[in-house]
Amino acid sequence: MSGPLAPQHGSEPEEIKQAPPSTVASRLEMRQRAGGIIVPVLTALLAFLIGGLLVLATGHNPIQAYWDIIKGAGLNWLAHPTNTDVANTAAYNFSQTLLQTTPLILTGLAVAFAFRCGMFNIGGNGQYLVGLYVANWIGISFVNLAKPTHILLAVAGAALAGAIWAGIAGFLKATTGAHEVITTIMLNWIAYWIGNYIFQQGGPLQGAANKPLDIPISGDVAQSAKLPVFWGDADLQGLHIGFFVAIGALFVFWLILNRTTLGYEVRAVGYNPDAAAYGGIKVRTNYIRAMAISGAFAGLAGGLDMLGYLYHFGTTDVQAASIGFLGIAVALLGRNTALGVGLAAFLFGGLLYGTTHGLQSGTIDPSLAGHLTEMIQGLVVLFVGADVLILAVWNSRRKLKRKQPTPTRATEPEAASS
Amino acid sequence: MSTYVGTVQRAGSRLAEPTSLGSIGVTIGVIAFVLAIPPIAARSPLWPILLGIVAILFGIASASRGAYRVGFGAIASGVLGTALAVLAMQSSTAHLNQVFTASLIASMLVFATPLTFGALGGMFSERSGVVNIGLEGMMLMGAFWGIWGADKTGSWVWGVLIAMASGGALALVHAFFAIHLRADQIVGGVAVNFLALGITGYFFVQLYHGNNIPTGVSQIPDVKLTSESSHGFFADSFGHLNLMIWIAILFVPLSYIVLFKTPIGLRIRACGEHPRAADTVGINVYAIRYGAVILSGILAAMGGAYLTVGYLNTYNENVTAGRGFIALAAMIFGNWRPFGAFGAALLFGFSTALAFRLPVYSANGAVLFQALPYVLTLIAVAGVIGRTVPPAADGKPYKKQ
Repeated sequence: MSGPLAPQHGSEPEEIKQAPPSTVASRLEMRQRAGGIIVPVLTALLAFLIGGLLVLATGHNPIQAYWDIIKGAGLNWLAHPTNTDVANTAAYNFSQTLLQTTPLILTGLAVAFAFRCGMFNIGGNGQYLVGLYVANWIGISFVNLAKPTHILLAVAGAALAGAIWAGIAGFLKATTGAHEVITTIMLNWIAYWIGNYIFQQGGPLQGAANKPLDIPISGDVAQSAKLPVFWGDADLQGLHIGFFVAIGALFVFWLILNRTTLGYEVRAVGYNPDAAAYGGIKVRTNYIRAMAISGAFAGLAGGLDMLGYLYHFGTTDVQAASIGFLGIAVALLGRNTALGVGLAAFLFGGLLYGTTHGLQSGTIDPSLAGHLTEMIQGLVVLFVGADVLILAVWNSRRKLKRKQPTPTRATEPEAASS
Repeated sequence: MSTYVGTVQRAGSRLAEPTSLGSIGVTIGVIAFVLAIPPIAARSPLWPILLGIVAILFGIASASRGAYRVGFGAIASGVLGTALAVLAMQSSTAHLNQVFTASLIASMLVFATPLTFGALGGMFSERSGVVNIGLEGMMLMGAFWGIWGADKTGSWVWGVLIAMASGGALALVHAFFAIHLRADQIVGGVAVNFLALGITGYFFVQLYHGNNIPTGVSQIPDVKLTSESSHGFFADSFGHLNLMIWIAILFVPLSYIVLFKTPIGLRIRACGEHPRAADTVGINVYAIRYGAVILSGILAAMGGAYLTVGYLNTYNENVTAGRGFIALAAMIFGNWRPFGAFGAALLFGFSTALAFRLPVYSANGAVLFQALPYVLTLIAVAGVIGRTVPPAADGKPYKKQ
């Protein structure tokens, strides 16, 4: 590192590390890395604890409720994993948890990738939805294609749609400076209304068979576009090979960020755009590119869900979709790293399935438990923001130990204004 | 412009300034469109086209003198104004009369009210230096607890008060994390939104078992300036507006006075511009920021309460539907100023009101028109961001020394 940074902050590497992060994301990232796995685990536990207190306050037994949720997620299957027969409730629930984990990994990566470039992509849900629409459209049309071609086309179309949708926000940020938080949220709502339009009675994607019945649901994708199922029955939402695509995406994410020039530039911009620009990196290009890659992950999630187990979609499904929002909590809890996102996605996948369809409980009403997921999600995001403080205290104590406090410049980090 | 040129000269030269030329162009472009709709409803395309050309000329004059943004705005306004006017002339007068009635103004005010409350709230928070993305959640809290309060106590007054308390409580959480814990304010705001979604959803199921709120809940009354039977431009547009709409309108100048003409307003702005300097002269930065953030939650919650207790008289999950974010955009669009924010809220309110009336043209496309306010917000945020100046310390945690 040279240039304007060197004289300002001294030549000690410690000092350089301390001063430059100038974006929301970079500060979070830098400080979060320090805490290892303990802080995220504590964050999650605290969120579950507070959620449990609320369950207790409203007159339900929280321990019993959480135990039912764990069983609902099929985690008890892990005790005897040799029985893979989905007729077994635990095995079936576990396969469903993995089914939910698949899109969560990808929407988590969508948030994480933008984060590493210094942007907060809250538009995962909109990008997921447009991916889903396009996959549905391609899956219903082009019925004469062979199976692998049709699947590839639909999946690529979904990823591209997500990339374009997020790319709009990236483009607006790069050219006009519009804050991505607001633009991505607006794009979410636009995607939402497009979905309500295309699947409604008389809408362009409403299924031909549903038209006379006045059902606002699309037709099913053709057999040639359906992803192969490797665990369970395709008619009973079996686990499809998209799961492996998501695992592969985790690897691709790591590879792009850590082993390519593109990833280096993305991280440099995320760390400090001014320094990156000084080093000759095109910051604007990277904003657009990083958002497009982000959106591609989320769009891919929509495509895999559509071709893997949903097969059709309706206006009520559009209104209920929240996978993209959960991706924010997944990415933040997973520290925006590949491994972390994978683990956090599994946690939220279990929570999502365990509190809804999997829940067979007299303790807590499933419709109540579903909102518990939302609350835990909110608490996780809240505490992730706050553990920055815990770590800052921890870091400064460590620094104090090493040397006498020097009159450093007030570290009032530049935050992105809204 | 920093140089002093003398009042008269300055007034004259200000009109000739490129930005003024651009603004005039924008206005003329709007007029071109207004001519084509009722009550004037000119049927000859001559006038709109002429005005559109004038607007474009003003835009070119402005852009060529360096005011690119407003200049291109004027050109766009001229082109769009003319295009929309010609489009309006293509449609039948009957359709036009259905869409552009005097009650469109009332409808615009209805949709602008939650946005106004939210935008004013956001303004106080951000003027004190705390970014408040959580407006949406605070509005949602107000919407749910407001109607719950009105239902349980049987009085809308209590409903609104309970709503204000709930919004303030959620704002307190945001304030604590943003101010004392110095957590990231955008992440914190997003978290607060999720939290509100979870809390309202959970208690909606717990208290109402997912059923609808019973009908006949005490409702915020309308202010009847004219008798029920009278119909005219004034009666239709301002005659029977809800009390909360008037309160929102009243709050606009009130916020202006508080923020710009009182010592407390000066302190709020000082904390948002230079907290260290404010601290040096003895202002309690933390206290001011706590107060401003909580006030923003209370105001946003009033907007939410209006939505359920005043307008819809029912509640469904996530009823605010992104209005908190549109309010935030209105605040940015209005350059962190009360009247600007109100103007932007009116614009977004108008687009929503219009979206509800456009189905006369295409019943099938009706749903798509609902996206109009969001598209407009997107364009507005993208178009104005370079011209607006946020408070200097907006979003930056302050650490006492």
